[in-house]
Amino acid sequence: MSAREEILTRLRAAVTHIPPVEVPRDYRRGGDASVDLLIDRLVDYRARVRRSTRAEVGAAVAACLADASAVVVPGELPALWMSGYGGVVLREPLDVEQLDGAAAVVTGCRVAIAATGTIILDGGAGQGRRALTLVPDHHVCVVDAAQIVAGLPEAVALLDPRRPQTWISGPSATSDIELQRVEGVHGPRRLDVIIVD
Amino acid sequence: MNPLASGVPFPRAAKVALGDPQLRTNLRRATHTIRDRRAHAVGELPDWEALRTTAAAIKDDVLRRLPELLERFEERATAAGATVHWARDAAEACEIVSRIVRGTGETSAVKVKSMATQEIGLNEALERDGIAAFETDLAELIVQLAHDTPSHILVPAIHYNRAEIRDIFVREMPADADLTDDPAALAEAARSHLRRRFLSAKVGISGANFAIADTGTLVVVESEGNGRMCLTLPDTLVSVVGIEKILPTFADLEVFMQVLPRSSTGERMNPYTSTWTGVTPGDGPSDVHVVLLDNGRSTTLADEVGRQTLRCIRCSACLNVCPVYERAGGHAYGSVYPGPIGAILSPQLTGIGENASLPFASTLCGACYDVCPVKINIPEVLVHLRDQAPHSPAERAAMSVAAWLMRSPKRFAAAERLAQLGTGPLAAALGRRTVSRLPWPGSKWTDARDAPLPAAESFRDWWKHRDQTAGPQGHTHPVEETP
Ligand code: SF4
Repeated sequence: MSAREEILTRLRAAVTHIPPVEVPRDYRRGGDASVDLLIDRLVDYRARVRRSTRAEVGAAVAACLADASAVVVPGELPALWMSGYGGVVLREPLDVEQLDGAAAVVTGCRVAIAATGTIILDGGAGQGRRALTLVPDHHVCVVDAAQIVAGLPEAVALLDPRRPQTWISGPSATSDIELQRVEGVHGPRRLDVIIVD
Repeated sequence: MNPLASGVPFPRAAKVALGDPQLRTNLRRATHTIRDRRAHAVGELPDWEALRTTAAAIKDDVLRRLPELLERFEERATAAGATVHWARDAAEACEIVSRIVRGTGETSAVKVKSMATQEIGLNEALERDGIAAFETDLAELIVQLAHDTPSHILVPAIHYNRAEIRDIFVREMPADADLTDDPAALAEAARSHLRRRFLSAKVGISGANFAIADTGTLVVVESEGNGRMCLTLPDTLVSVVGIEKILPTFADLEVFMQVLPRSSTGERMNPYTSTWTGVTPGDGPSDVHVVLLDNGRSTTLADEVGRQTLRCIRCSACLNVCPVYERAGGHAYGSVYPGPIGAILSPQLTGIGENASLPFASTLCGACYDVCPVKINIPEVLVHLRDQAPHSPAERAAMSVAAWLMRSPKRFAAAERLAQLGTGPLAAALGRRTVSRLPWPGSKWTDARDAPLPAAESFRDWWKHRDQTAGPQGHTHPVEETP
């Protein structure tokens, strides 16, 4: 018998006596989806947060990139966002060495969760493939206030599982030394979030 | 060595650990830090109990439907471009992974921390086949550089403090001799040590926190970004996934991603979560494999009381609150799964014979049950496993004598009087009312604790006479103050 058949046969025998299970769903849905709550959570993770009007996004992005000489930009990023930046703009196709040489990356996102301060990227327009927001040391992420939802149930309902996703809550961090949180390990050590409304 | 059973009984290993005051200080500080953070993060959610109830029920439902959900996962992941493998046991899983890595022509791989790959001893198996597996999680890196073994599910290097970690780094990697023990500096040293390796890696190896049956999606929860590196940059990715990691739908993450981070690191959300479904052209590995691992799980599923163990999401909250873990540390358990969950999971995965002492490595205080986000009744499973553990002939004989005495009130009273008669002179000679070493077979008991001497007056005698000696408030005196 193949491993597959043997395992499935054992499991089928094991489950015959298990009664059906009712799954209650009495946990909270909805709640506070405010910009203020999202900012509070992001700051708690030591992300840096700015607010901007739609017209001034270019200036806000440029302010975050003041010390960046070359910046990676994914496809379909609104041109306005990079309008205030004067340095080198790198576009795909890029290999990993080029990504490593870039100071920063600018992206949008799919959805942001206020309750947990989580920003989710799914590779859609203006977000790029996963490596783009991983290799450069500084990630500038533009979140439209309309993309903010209250909690996990609201966010998960919007996501397409077939797309590869990265859920980001603050800069890269570790709790491995004496269980104290330290920001900045292998992922981007700086996370700037610009909230536009 | 079997990663699930060192062969050293828990009491013997714990005795060694208890003699190490530095270890106890490190563990105490770390477990108390994380305990407080968890309590705070959990206290923030008014619906915490509802989330636990749902999480437990989803897992129970998964266990009941496991065969069909695994088949669905396989079908969906395969349709999305992944190759799904099945492994009955550790050896078969290691062989599959090794074959895939050898097939790429590579001799090294980068690894995301994963309990499943530790459980099967993958690194050692790959090394025998000439493949170097590099751990990339900071704590796993510390343990690997120290030539040590993990002592915690979430924080494998919890037994080291910052100064010890600094010394390991300076000794084992081309780190600056001026490296300080500031955690930020240590994290930075790990970053530069692994950077080139990540950027040039061709093969990544991971586990998974969840596998979604409906969509064939895998989910990895992490903090440092090393996971993202391993899951995204290589061409080939192999994920070893225990068959109990299945969730029916992607939407179920709305429950588990609320309870897991808060229970494990005490954060509202972990810094990074990655999800992927088979192959996405132009984004991430083009050669994606999933190894579904049984290794004792189907046997565990067949046990009515024990099967709840398979709900475990490896958050490690039960380790952090356990008074036994806090003092003995993870190594004493002799398994990659230490602490309360290890005490019930390891003996079920290996069979009780290989881990007979582990179900006794607990005080049954119940703190683990209270914090468990999937409501595993660990004390209940411990007692259940104690029943199955082999008992020595001396213990069995003592128990049947006790049962015989206790069946008759007369016999019991006579035995009590006999014990009291012997106690007086013994207590006088010892100058205290406890014995720290009894002759065999009593030594089995006193090896790990002091035995109290029988009281000068039994409760039943005291109860009979209490009316004559009661004070004004009905308060009675003859209970001795124990020093
Ligand atoms: S038994 Fe419960 S508390 Fe312990 S690691 Fe598993 S899920 Fe967490």
